[in-house]
Amino acid sequence: MSYVPSTGEQRQEMLRAIGMQDYRDLYRDVPADMILDRPLDIPEGMSELEVTRAMTAMAARNTVFPTVLRGAGAYDHYIPSIVKSVTSKEEFLTAYTPYQAEMSQGVLQSIFEYQTMICELTGMDVSNASVYDGATAAAEAAAMCRDRKRRVTLISAAAHPDTINTVRTYCYGTGDELRVVPMKDGRTDTDALRRMLTPDVASFYLQQPNFFGQLEDAEAIGAMVHEAGAMYVMGCNPIALGIMKTPAACGADVAVGEGQPLGMPLSFGGPYLGFMATLTKHMRKLPGRIVGETTDHEGRRAYVLSLQAREQHIRREKASSNICSNQALCALTAGVYLAAMGPEGLAEAARQSMAKAHYLCRSLTAIEGVELVYTGEFFHEFVTTLPRRDEVLAALEKAGILGGLPVDGGVLWCATEKVGKAELDRAVEIVKEVLAK
Amino acid sequence: MNYPAELQYSKSHEWVRMEDGVAVIGISDFAQDALGDVVFVNLPQEGDETTAGDAFGDVESVKAVSDLVSPVSGTVCAVNEDLLDAPELLNQDPYGAWIIKVENITDTEELLDAAAYEAFCAAEG
Amino acid sequence: MKLIFEKSVPGRHCDLLPKCDVETVSLPESLRRDAAPALPEMSEVDLSRHYTELNKQVHGVNCGFYPLGSCTMKYNPRIDEDMAALPGFTGVHPLAPAHTVAGCREVLDTARKYLCEITGMDDMTFQPAAGAHGEFTGVMLIKQYHASRGDVARTKIIVPDSAHGTNPATAAMCGFQVVNIPSAPDGCVDLAALKAALGPDTAGLMLTNPNTVGIFDENILEITRLVHEAGGLCYYDGANLNAVMGVVRPGDMGFDCIHLNLHKTFATPHGGGGPGAGGVGCKEFLRPFLPASALMDGPGRIQVRSFAGNFLVVVKALTYLLTLGREGVPEASQNAVLNANYLMHAMKGTFTPAFDRVCMHEFVLDLGEFKKATGVSALDVAKCLIDYGMHPPTMYFPLIVHEALMLEPTETESKETLDWAADVFRQLYELGFKDPEYMHNSPHNAPIGRPDEVQAARHPIVRWQKG
Repeated sequence: MSYVPSTGEQRQEMLRAIGMQDYRDLYRDVPADMILDRPLDIPEGMSELEVTRAMTAMAARNTVFPTVLRGAGAYDHYIPSIVKSVTSKEEFLTAYTPYQAEMSQGVLQSIFEYQTMICELTGMDVSNASVYDGATAAAEAAAMCRDRKRRVTLISAAAHPDTINTVRTYCYGTGDELRVVPMKDGRTDTDALRRMLTPDVASFYLQQPNFFGQLEDAEAIGAMVHEAGAMYVMGCNPIALGIMKTPAACGADVAVGEGQPLGMPLSFGGPYLGFMATLTKHMRKLPGRIVGETTDHEGRRAYVLSLQAREQHIRREKASSNICSNQALCALTAGVYLAAMGPEGLAEAARQSMAKAHYLCRSLTAIEGVELVYTGEFFHEFVTTLPRRDEVLAALEKAGILGGLPVDGGVLWCATEKVGKAELDRAVEIVKEVLAK
Repeated sequence: MNYPAELQYSKSHEWVRMEDGVAVIGISDFAQDALGDVVFVNLPQEGDETTAGDAFGDVESVKAVSDLVSPVSGTVCAVNEDLLDAPELLNQDPYGAWIIKVENITDTEELLDAAAYEAFCAAEG
Repeated sequence: MKLIFEKSVPGRHCDLLPKCDVETVSLPESLRRDAAPALPEMSEVDLSRHYTELNKQVHGVNCGFYPLGSCTMKYNPRIDEDMAALPGFTGVHPLAPAHTVAGCREVLDTARKYLCEITGMDDMTFQPAAGAHGEFTGVMLIKQYHASRGDVARTKIIVPDSAHGTNPATAAMCGFQVVNIPSAPDGCVDLAALKAALGPDTAGLMLTNPNTVGIFDENILEITRLVHEAGGLCYYDGANLNAVMGVVRPGDMGFDCIHLNLHKTFATPHGGGGPGAGGVGCKEFLRPFLPASALMDGPGRIQVRSFAGNFLVVVKALTYLLTLGREGVPEASQNAVLNANYLMHAMKGTFTPAFDRVCMHEFVLDLGEFKKATGVSALDVAKCLIDYGMHPPTMYFPLIVHEALMLEPTETESKETLDWAADVFRQLYELGFKDPEYMHNSPHNAPIGRPDEVQAARHPIVRWQKG
């Protein structure tokens, strides 16, 4: 089935109307020897019922863990039902980019609302309509901070490895240098940072909380970065921002981050959401789409894609980024999530995530052989040593628990508001059991 | 369309007026008309070097961006910051709303007088 | 429509989380937020009604004809959505152990296999999240390839002036200088211009075929041969694949790497502007340069976004591929081309096609003469279409045609819809001569009239502010 509504008869009628006999005539501009002279080597098309069986069988070959104690850039938070119900509305789902404002006010307004919410979360003045994910947001932020004199990007070694690698790739593209600031005790080594803040540095990227869950001294680092004349980019966890000091208050010039925790399921890594927000003075350097408010000729409030002269379709090779789309439906998802949770709900999700993680940490480190690797303050992730790591993780897996992520020297654990005390206790029990053997 | 006689013009539609060795530069009436409503001007900074024939900034309308090409080589000594808040000045008063002033001029592009420029614009039509 | 913040009432909330069942802890004082974020405070019924109200002012493919050239707004099958919503796909952590995600691997491997067969490529990555992102990835393959051979002189990428704006922007992001070559009068690559631009500094050529005016460039083998002869690689922008999938393969046209828009050709929904997915395919020799995830696959390769890409979008595309199958894929593209030619033919006597010849899956109308005669522009015509419930075609692209309207009906439109669309265009053509003023002031029946974009750009208001 190919979803072509025209019947065989109608197709013949249409061919005749344009003076052709069969489909081959349509491709007469194509050199004959380039036309595929055999059927594609893929299976025959299937009915909807058969397709359902095939895809369901594939999904069944995955394990869905009822309890997830692994984060590392993808977090298992509770998703309110209203989120899924709004984002599956067929109009929101199937609409194109809102270039025709008069018939897209719904999409444009939803993005304007999203932009406002991101500003509220981060304390910044302007947000774009989103980019692909947190890693690309970091790379785009690094690019927007460069100017003629300052081209070097600094990034903390405590940032997510995929973020570092993505920023590295984008820097390689434009021929700019990336220097990684080393870690010390699970956080950015501020002495090293001070030494590395040379006059050629355009920006420093800090992840807060960092990849290992540790809370960095973001404000002091910001002051250091500004003193050196560079710009400060902070990658943040949006749930944590429900209770944590905003990047604006820490002195950030650009705030970015991974928006997946705001209503998007784990989804084996995507689609996710990159948010980017900045101060008014940097607004015109912000890549991607931005929705602005204006009026029509009758004075009615109207929303429209604005500041498009920054973008690829106008600047072409002089554009600072080739980005042509946002993740509109994911931005809508984040907007509905934030509206459903509200300020209190978001703060509660943050508080509970933190509480559950600290409870898990206390319980695990009470077991002999399990010790904290990094001992600083943390939000909802922490690293412990774990003897017989593979055995422990396998035992947890058997009980339907996805344990922490194996990292150098141990395991990176995570807990969110979604995990109940009983599940945490069960996990700790299993660890104890295995290590007692 | 306005072509003040006391100014000189470049083929990329900038005008130049010399004031004691300093070149005052803006865009012509023809240019602002072709651009449509100007929404933003990307200005250089004082101290930046300009090169005759190269872009020193750009002008944005809603649907397009146009380079501002410097008719002279030299150093930017002043920038019209009014244009940052009121880019529409370029449309309203193209010959009054100067964009940059350049000193220490070392090179100048081939410039046209008002009559020659008017003829040039008519041909470009 | 009121903004959600204007409907917020302090104290309203939804009851979504239970009380915390473990001891609470506090952030150190120095790290605490001063004031709560001003997010809306709503009950669930408020939310439901607010988004229903917004949704009424959104035009989806389910609402009507959407002939956006170059966007392939084909029908988005409901089964694709259902499969992507299976908990077995949504509930999987990207960093879960390999043996627990065999299903995900199967989705990616199967999609890769089928799409490589359709495009004539040897391998494919799904890490790029969009078409432009795929372009960036594809050009990075070219960059790495030349670097690996120590060929540092290749600094230029050739792009035809008919190309989508992302093409030159991508080349610049990859550190290449862009060489624009003019198109021939028929919109195809000017071979003489191409030959003149080729040299030892050529890294590659970015091209789409059929091209952006909907015409299949019959010189394509010569074009790719010339580029290869000069030592460059050929990159295929897959935006127009819907014209030829299952009929012609980019790999057989001489392309070395390609990107696909899963949200165009493979029917995954546009979502109002994403998420899509830009699969990037390549020939064997470029395989080592494909991106990977540092966390999932280890270090050493480039990376364009975290983890493996927009996985659920690939699920939707695979579901679509399984449905179409070996006969359905060429059937879709053949009918896309039939529908475009039929519509172009049905509009005879009204607006002029830019090129009077058989088109592929899309065609461009040139309203230059029409504007001279009536004063009515392509923009005015587009705005009038809104009153008819038709989404306007792509406007003012490609740049090589003035007053352009590009129409791509896709294969999922019926003959009745195409007949109706041709009739609407006929009415507007006549209206242009009868009442141009009416058209300048269109749309008349939409929730808003034309927005003041100049004001929006001069005095940006990009967020709601209290008071």
